[in-house]
Amino acid sequence: MTEMVYGAVPAQRGEPILPKWWRTVDKWSLSCVLILSVIGLLLGLAASPPLAARNGFQPFHYVERQAAFGAMAMLAMLLTSMMSPTLVRRLSVLGFIGAFVALALLPFLGTDFGKGAVRWYSLGFASLQPSEFMKPVFIVVSAWLLASSQEINGPPGKLWSMGLCTVIVGMLVMQPDFGQASLVLFGWGVMYFVAGAPLLLLMGMAGVVVLGGTIAYSSSEHFARRIDGFLNPELDPTTQLGYATNAIREGGLFGVGVGEGQVKWSLPDAHTDFIIAVAAEEYGLILVMIIIALYASVVVRSLLRLMRERDPFIRLAGTGLACIFGVQALINMGVAVRLLPAKGMTLPFVSYGGSSLIAAGVSLGMLLALTRTRPQGEIGDILRGRG
Amino acid sequence: MIRTPLRPLARILPAREKGENPDAIERENIRRRHAEMQDRARVRAEGRLLVLGLFFLCAFVVVGGRMALMSTSEPAEPVASAPGAAIAMQRADIVDREGRILATNFETHSLYAQPPQMVDPIAAAQGLKQIFPDLDEARMIKDFTGKRKFVWIKKRISPEQQQAVHDLGDPGLLFGPREMRLYPNGRLAAHVLGGAGFGKEGVNAAEVIGVAGIEKQFDDYLRDPANGSTPLTLSLDLTVQAASEQVLAGGMRLMNAKGASSILMDVHTGEVLSVVSLPDFDPNDRPRPLLTGDPSDSPLFNRAVQGVYELGSTFKIFAAAQALDLGLVSPETIIDTSGPMKVGGYPIGEFHGKNYGKLSVKDVIVHSSNRGTGRIALEIGSERQKAFLGALGMFDPTPFEIVEARGAQPLIPKRWTDLSTVTISYGHGLSASPMHLAAAYATIANGGHYVSPTVLKRKGPQYGPRVMSAEAAKEARQMLRAVVTEGTASFGDVEGYSVGGKTGTADKPKPQGGYYDNKVIATFASMFPTNDPKYVLILTLDEPQIHALKEDRRTAGWTAVPVAAEMIRRVAPLLGLRPDVDPQRRAAITLTSSN
Repeated sequence: MTEMVYGAVPAQRGEPILPKWWRTVDKWSLSCVLILSVIGLLLGLAASPPLAARNGFQPFHYVERQAAFGAMAMLAMLLTSMMSPTLVRRLSVLGFIGAFVALALLPFLGTDFGKGAVRWYSLGFASLQPSEFMKPVFIVVSAWLLASSQEINGPPGKLWSMGLCTVIVGMLVMQPDFGQASLVLFGWGVMYFVAGAPLLLLMGMAGVVVLGGTIAYSSSEHFARRIDGFLNPELDPTTQLGYATNAIREGGLFGVGVGEGQVKWSLPDAHTDFIIAVAAEEYGLILVMIIIALYASVVVRSLLRLMRERDPFIRLAGTGLACIFGVQALINMGVAVRLLPAKGMTLPFVSYGGSSLIAAGVSLGMLLALTRTRPQGEIGDILRGRG
Repeated sequence: MIRTPLRPLARILPAREKGENPDAIERENIRRRHAEMQDRARVRAEGRLLVLGLFFLCAFVVVGGRMALMSTSEPAEPVASAPGAAIAMQRADIVDREGRILATNFETHSLYAQPPQMVDPIAAAQGLKQIFPDLDEARMIKDFTGKRKFVWIKKRISPEQQQAVHDLGDPGLLFGPREMRLYPNGRLAAHVLGGAGFGKEGVNAAEVIGVAGIEKQFDDYLRDPANGSTPLTLSLDLTVQAASEQVLAGGMRLMNAKGASSILMDVHTGEVLSVVSLPDFDPNDRPRPLLTGDPSDSPLFNRAVQGVYELGSTFKIFAAAQALDLGLVSPETIIDTSGPMKVGGYPIGEFHGKNYGKLSVKDVIVHSSNRGTGRIALEIGSERQKAFLGALGMFDPTPFEIVEARGAQPLIPKRWTDLSTVTISYGHGLSASPMHLAAAYATIANGGHYVSPTVLKRKGPQYGPRVMSAEAAKEARQMLRAVVTEGTASFGDVEGYSVGGKTGTADKPKPQGGYYDNKVIATFASMFPTNDPKYVLILTLDEPQIHALKEDRRTAGWTAVPVAAEMIRRVAPLLGLRPDVDPQRRAAITLTSSN
């Protein structure tokens, strides 16, 4: 009777959350990420004792912290990956506002930890790098704007997202943090490319990037020294790169053996920027190849899954997230093998670092949420003769 | 192409006539257009995603491939680009003005091993350890007994070492010829010479390329086989350079300075006879450039040519000389230097808060009055001041022919206000290298012509455009002489050489803005002999501090001036300058006892 008067109680449609998640999530990519973070812990066991010794902690201090952060990151990733794309978008908009404010207040409230660039908030027990969290939420918000501009009578989302991108890149360059700035710029560029950027414009942008690099080279001494170091054919064996090259060569196919590596004692950034050199030295080419394959499969699988996607927002956001993830890994490893000039960039899930780990967890969670299998209306297309 | 209209009027109008709702048709039309648009976008995106996916796949494969190449590579036996091409003795020598060798080539050998050819690798490794104690024996045994076909052992060995390796008698130990650049004088003139390193390297030969200093600036000239027999002749004088370095090193230690530089320049030709920057290095064994921290702390940094500093009161003579040249003042014109004086809202003070009252222009320079110079500069005006300093070469890097000089771009204010005019008149707010100062003082010394400083030997005077009248230059020189006889540089009087000059003590700027109150750059810019100057000497000390007469003293008069005086005392005879002996004095050494 009640139902007849007030209408049916809205019944739970569809299946419960967990089984549905397990059925639709990209299990291969998920496994790859889990394996990567296990490898990260394993390498932390090798790479961080020297750092702990330098800072006067017990040998596995940083491994324990990495494990704790890793657990948090995995939890964040799983929770995020269960969300619906709409929820991802809404939370990202909120997160974007938060990250934007945090980034803007950085010059006043942040610390530089004596490294010359104000990038962190010191929270006592840990430090927080807002730019790490800015990347995924900026990607999602930009994707939303770009997608909305593809609607009939939609807002000028391309222009807006470009404005946001410019402001954020500007703030990151002021810190200065050219690495994160170029990642943000790259993420936006890739999304704009997939959203249908005219090819002429893309070439123009490539020109602008070259010009910007030239200007940075001539105006920033810090930057110029790194480029010179890269272009110099004579590799100075006492630089970070020299040590890394030597470590990779020492490792050979099967590595020198667990705990036998030497490079971690001479490289100050062995646990972050040059962790791949530690991996190559102790475990050999085998492990490096596995790591590369894991990153490649996450990125390429995600992109292929997104090819089927019909919703422009999901397609763009997924593309942006997958690409910055992949490019970050590429740059980190490219530097170690001297394909790219030295640039401090962490290896997602493998390098030590709380902010970077949790932010990577959140952004991979978003990516997994966006690449979940969902009905794409293929049947409708067939019926209507579209395709 | 047939354009479909945005509104399907052909269907709406009949529908309206039939009384149906045309909105439904329009909505349907919009939905269709939307779906078509989405389809187009999707097809395009599919293609582009595929491109992205392929790009990432390729990039990961490239990184992986490179990693595999690196990890499986044994350093292969490098083959010289031209097999057996003897490139020894190609690079031209560098000599000083008298033809004494500063840089030459030396034939030496590299040592490498081919483990498959070795008879007894263990004994060879032990023998090598005896000859080269710095080698790692365990490592060598591992290399020699492993699968490697080629191992570099030493890039450069001496003939004695080569003989010792020969005596080991192992056929797997081989030598490759190496030409190396040798600087027989060690640290002498290190910053000018710079250094050389190996470019392309093979077993049979290695290319020698200049990496800094004159070696890099004239790399093409030095490598050109056509110049093989004609050495590059510099303006430096080896003996003067050695004496300068010795005096400066001693002075730097005595004055507790962390760095020092000196430039000795011929005022007519612009030839630099000695240029020293301390701390220095040995170009035979060039230290690694610093990757972190301030590059100016590295011994590689050339303070005389590369570093730009606020040079303090040494600039005051430029304001005085220009005012004389313009006829605004004569040396006896009285200037009111009493305080307080405010420019653009900033008070202009004197050293230690002194107040000199009314001074003649000459005394303004002698007592080094900031307010007096400032008043003269305001009289001149900023436009004329700018033009004058520009003509003295203060706005561009010096044309000094070593690569580092190009980096010494003077720092000048973006907006040249009245305050800038005043502060620059006493050497603050404009940073220039000591080499700039040397060229500017040479202009006063030679009677008003700009000369560009050079490290190459010249024949005869090389006057540039006239900057001031000979008369003004002469009066300015008399003031500089008075600074030594009765002013701040009284320790600088070297008997017989009538030294004239101006001291400058500038507070060092903090990197985060503002100035240190206990760190200074002390400069003495001098010329000798004042009545007909032949040379200028610029000497700076970085953060000097001595304890004298119960006080910590940092001013140039106490630090840079005595060192400069000692340097003049040492080098003037080497330069062939005859001391101007006072004939009256001779009476003092006539016989005093007679009976």
